[in-house]
Amino acid sequence: MKRSMVSVMILAAVLAFLYVPIILVVVYGFVPNGISMSFFGSDGSFLGFTGKWYKYIFTGHQSVRSLLESFWLSLIIAGLSTLASCAIGTTSALALHKWKDRLQSIHHALVYTPLIMPDILIGISLLMLFAACHVNCGFWTILIAHITFCVSYVAMTVLARLQDFDDRITEAAYDLGAGPWYAFFHVELPILLPGIVAGGLLAFTLSIDDVVITSFVNGAGTNTFPTYVSSMTKHSRNLPSVFALSTLMLVFTCVLVGLSKLITSKGQAKLKPKAS
Amino acid sequence: MNSPLRTRRAEWLVTAPSFLWLALFFAVPAVIVLAFTFHGHDISGGVGEWSLSTWRELVDPDYPTIIWNTIRISVEVTIWSIVLAVPCAYAIARMNSRWRAIVAGSIMLPFWTSFVVRVFAWKTMLHPDGWLQACYNFLSISSEQSTILDSETAVVLVSVYSFLPFAIMPIYTAAEKFDFSLLEAARDLGAKNFYAFRKIFLPGIRQGLVSAVLMVFIPAIGSYVIPQMLGGTNCVLIGNKIFMRAIQNRNIPHASALATVMAVSVLIPIGLSMWWKKRQDMRDRQRLEAQTARLFTAGEGAAK
Repeated sequence: MKRSMVSVMILAAVLAFLYVPIILVVVYGFVPNGISMSFFGSDGSFLGFTGKWYKYIFTGHQSVRSLLESFWLSLIIAGLSTLASCAIGTTSALALHKWKDRLQSIHHALVYTPLIMPDILIGISLLMLFAACHVNCGFWTILIAHITFCVSYVAMTVLARLQDFDDRITEAAYDLGAGPWYAFFHVELPILLPGIVAGGLLAFTLSIDDVVITSFVNGAGTNTFPTYVSSMTKHSRNLPSVFALSTLMLVFTCVLVGLSKLITSKGQAKLKPKAS
Repeated sequence: MNSPLRTRRAEWLVTAPSFLWLALFFAVPAVIVLAFTFHGHDISGGVGEWSLSTWRELVDPDYPTIIWNTIRISVEVTIWSIVLAVPCAYAIARMNSRWRAIVAGSIMLPFWTSFVVRVFAWKTMLHPDGWLQACYNFLSISSEQSTILDSETAVVLVSVYSFLPFAIMPIYTAAEKFDFSLLEAARDLGAKNFYAFRKIFLPGIRQGLVSAVLMVFIPAIGSYVIPQMLGGTNCVLIGNKIFMRAIQNRNIPHASALATVMAVSVLIPIGLSMWWKKRQDMRDRQRLEAQTARLFTAGEGAAK
């Protein structure tokens, strides 16, 4: 009993440790002085909270223009790389699941290795490739890099889902006269969809959060949200607007996740009486 | 049944997109990096003739220190993360299912804010005039006042912060499957709490521990953002050096050689863990076989 009390106390401390920076992100979104990042004036008086950083974001004030531009670029790159990596990753998982030969063992190694390599190695090696081919870095190189590291995550997520997949369902579809394309789109794809969506969500989060790989292949002047924020280390005049924008993103994701939880729990509630 | 999709051509068709993509953008670049390490450095920022000079220059007093520091800090971060993650995972696994879902979810929630922004928040918190520094000054016994920001302490602290959830999750998954009545049995047989924890619980979740170690150690070795933002000039790791050499100095062979060193230092623990898992599996099987054989002979003896 004593032992579990100690572990619960450690857990509470760890949760506090994990949340302190998040709370600060929210609080610093209201800081009046953007240079000293302080709520107090030079004479020690309390200056109060301000909503001006939020106003800047919503009105597209010129001081936050490049921040918002980088944010949109991040959304576009994350969206496109999610779509592409879902397509490539799903075919990859299907191949790995259906065939077990030499080709697939090489294929598996190709898909698996990027997962265990630090980001920075993927970044540097892609930079070397682009440099060797004399490609100018920019939007397209960022997109290629993001698709490359997302494919493996999607493939592994879908593959895990395929492990529970009953192959006899596809066989049944063939017996009933379905062609391979028809069977894929009308039988396999709908069953795999939750796995693909989960993999896609993972790809989106990884892509929108990536800073290391992007900072190798972005070239000059093209910045995603994370690389823009990390370049602000030197001139941090607009830091509170970064924190304000992050708070908005956090609230948005929380609402989205809350809604999806609500919908799935309602769906389950509807299903329950039928099942019993 | 032989369905139409299960032909050689279909296999190639389905495998091709991911295979070609990853071959072109993952395998080929890796080979290029390895090839560049056997080239000399060209002053104009390109790659020179074939030579071993890059590998010889890696012995330069600067590099071994950085490589050693990176490995040492990664080990420190891994130890701290595991030490904190084990009691957390234990506590969560002992909760009822409702609380489990809430707490496990709230451990992953910080990931919904951008990683860079969270590191930035730490940088703001650790400001020399900030409240954390004031606490640190108050608590430190030595009269010599040092700043946390731009030091190794900051890098270790924020690395543990960033990678801790990745350590908790695999251990928690293993602990969830653990049969806690074994601990009670050990206690009934007279084992002290901590002894039972060490001898029964830890071996029971060893698979989770191994994946947790890898989940923390790999990103720690490849760390770039955290030392760049919080380590200043006092804590430069391999990741920062690779970036410096590749982007700022345009010394591509040196960057490639450092990347190769990093890849090797990641592959060694992974190889070890695979070998260890294989050995464990074999031992488990042998033990099972021995037990079965013993039971069998005992049964025969009883029958006689």
